[in-house]
Amino acid sequence: MRRKTSRLLRGLALLSTLALGATACGGSDDSSDTKAVSAGDIQAALKKGGTVNVWAWEPTLKTVAADFQKKYPKVKINLVSERSGDKHYTALSNAISAGKGVPDVAQVEYFALGQYALTKGLADLAPYGADKLKSKYTPGPWNAVNDGDKVYGLPMDSGPMALFYNKKVFDKYKIAVPTTWDEYLDAARKLHKADPKAYIANDAGDAGFTTSMLWQAGSRPYQVDGTKVKIDFADAGAKKFEAVWQKLIDEKLLSPINGWTDDWYKGLGDGTIATLATGAWMPANFITGVPNASGDWRAAALPAWTAGDKASAENGGSSLAVPALSKNKELAYAFVEYANAGDGVATRVKEGAFPATNAELQSSTFLGKEFPYFGGQKANEIFAQSAANVADDWSYLPFQPYANSIFNDTVGKAYVSGTTLAEGLKAWQDASVKYGEEQGFTVEK
Amino acid sequence: MSSPLTTSSPAAPAKPVGAGRSAPRLRGSRKHTPGRPKRSKLLTALSSLVVLYTVVPLIWLAINATKTQSGLADSNGLWFAHDFALWSNIHDTFTYDDGVFTRWLLNTLLYVVLGAGGATLLAVLGGYALAKFDFPGKRGIFATVIGAVAVPGTALAVPTFLMFSKMGLTDTPWAVIIPSLVSPFGLYLMWVFATEAIPTELLEAARIDGAGEARTFFTVALPLLAPGIVTVLLFTTVATWNNYFLPLIMLKDSDWYPLTLGLSVWNSQAETIGGDVIFNLVITGSLLTILPLIAAFLFLQKYWQSGLAAGSVKE
Repeated sequence: MRRKTSRLLRGLALLSTLALGATACGGSDDSSDTKAVSAGDIQAALKKGGTVNVWAWEPTLKTVAADFQKKYPKVKINLVSERSGDKHYTALSNAISAGKGVPDVAQVEYFALGQYALTKGLADLAPYGADKLKSKYTPGPWNAVNDGDKVYGLPMDSGPMALFYNKKVFDKYKIAVPTTWDEYLDAARKLHKADPKAYIANDAGDAGFTTSMLWQAGSRPYQVDGTKVKIDFADAGAKKFEAVWQKLIDEKLLSPINGWTDDWYKGLGDGTIATLATGAWMPANFITGVPNASGDWRAAALPAWTAGDKASAENGGSSLAVPALSKNKELAYAFVEYANAGDGVATRVKEGAFPATNAELQSSTFLGKEFPYFGGQKANEIFAQSAANVADDWSYLPFQPYANSIFNDTVGKAYVSGTTLAEGLKAWQDASVKYGEEQGFTVEK
Repeated sequence: MSSPLTTSSPAAPAKPVGAGRSAPRLRGSRKHTPGRPKRSKLLTALSSLVVLYTVVPLIWLAINATKTQSGLADSNGLWFAHDFALWSNIHDTFTYDDGVFTRWLLNTLLYVVLGAGGATLLAVLGGYALAKFDFPGKRGIFATVIGAVAVPGTALAVPTFLMFSKMGLTDTPWAVIIPSLVSPFGLYLMWVFATEAIPTELLEAARIDGAGEARTFFTVALPLLAPGIVTVLLFTTVATWNNYFLPLIMLKDSDWYPLTLGLSVWNSQAETIGGDVIFNLVITGSLLTILPLIAAFLFLQKYWQSGLAAGSVKE
């Protein structure tokens, strides 16, 4: 659903992105961002009070906002219930291009940060003290929010990947939990043969998943240096991914169900989707979305591309950023810091969010937490291990939301027609290069 | 303006409900052609298909509103689950998230009363004026209205947003109400209806008797227009009630959301990392959302149908 948003909305998002680029480049108000803001300035702003408009969908922010208001009674946090994905970015880009109704704080996923940062839609938070918080975060999320000496947001959560598998199904057909992607392929064959209705996974073509898999396989298709961009899906890592995934597609071992739909939740519950390689935030979705399968599922380390390799990747995760047009940057930053680096983190972890901060990831209460949903498993140990093994040299395109929006028209074809994944990735590369050049990027092929 | 077109589909199933009215008409037509077979099997089959097509989603909605989230996942979509949770679902729908559903319901009512009511009023006044008065530029207005019917509302949404944003009206209820006030299709319908339903001689008689234009309009024209007004009111009500795209881009503050947007927010919680998955409440909320529309159709049906018949006996 999230990625099936209508073409019209995609078009709008694109249109407003262009408008955003035009207005943001014309403005000169980012000069005010470069001067340092002392902790005293922020404290003074908190004493004076005001309203902070926050556009975010992260459910735990509700409690965080209430706590923040208790601590600083003069500040009102106006939390706007927000839909995730394309609709959110359309609204945000529209507001920025209109120059009116821009929020003071916006939730921005890591893959979309680059786009807003490059078009100067977001304030650089380094002068507010964000640059001193680097050591608090795990490398993956920090790498996603910072660009040189600029910091465009504070990491809110992270999604180190793990393999979730339906133990009941695996036990029933006596299949071993795969530790490599080759074993995963064998497990897929064995499962589908034993029960033609069951599939190892659902994948109808998902940009976020594919880029995460490439990330783990060591592929680095995007090289970004300011406005110089290189896009290349032909490296060794990409070949590893193609080899295994092409077989899964060719042998019809993947369920064509789209993620995040009611069918998907149903499939996760009734055993027709047996595994899910995704971010460590998934347990919260399991608990409310698939209540009937409680006890069936377990978490395991993400399968490796070569036996013994520990490399992992991130899937999903988002930051809180402060738009450049916010009129209340001191207060906005104070809230972002409270929620993502201060007391808010503990509150959010307690409510099921997966942290991006080292202290929480290494704490014994976090690691020792037993998940009744996973039969009492201490799943956080697996997730924390994965977080530590995420390679931090991955980068997304500065126009990744656009690139993701054309994923289904290019790579998506490999899932429904005779096109191979390699051809699909090449087509995605070509289309991304073309768009990048049209947007004025220097694109090296 | 795709909404008036889609509104004709809820109108379709409303007709079989009022079978009592259509039956005599059928009998009447049969009198003229006594040699024909009593019933066309093909027609029966086709119309049952259409009935099935329109009614099955409703049945699905009603059945699934009785299930819990886990009941939804492990039961057949067209039959009841082991648990019957309709009452607790309704209770939860109204209490979830501090009872925000009630707020959305009241917002929708506000948009319908002011938006659809205002649109109908303007359409009646404009349609009457265009039908019964001669003035320069009438052809131009006709072309403009016909042209406006053809422009999809979604195409105007972004320019409207930018305009309203300049005026500082976005994120206020006015951003939804003001654009809803304009219904080119309603105006066109009222225009055609007024031309047919109000004999010009009647107006002339009223004027000769000394009635002013306002009095002529209210005492002579308005009663004759009643069926047309109800039709336009139904169309605009359904269009405003179902309006999704306009509020979507105009409103940020969920306190001003109509039900359509609110339910979509609830639905998209399932697509959100860490979001609460509440398909059961989305389904129950959807059922509750269409009930007032069904009620409106049932209550206003007789006025509407007498209006349809009015044209046919005039000749």
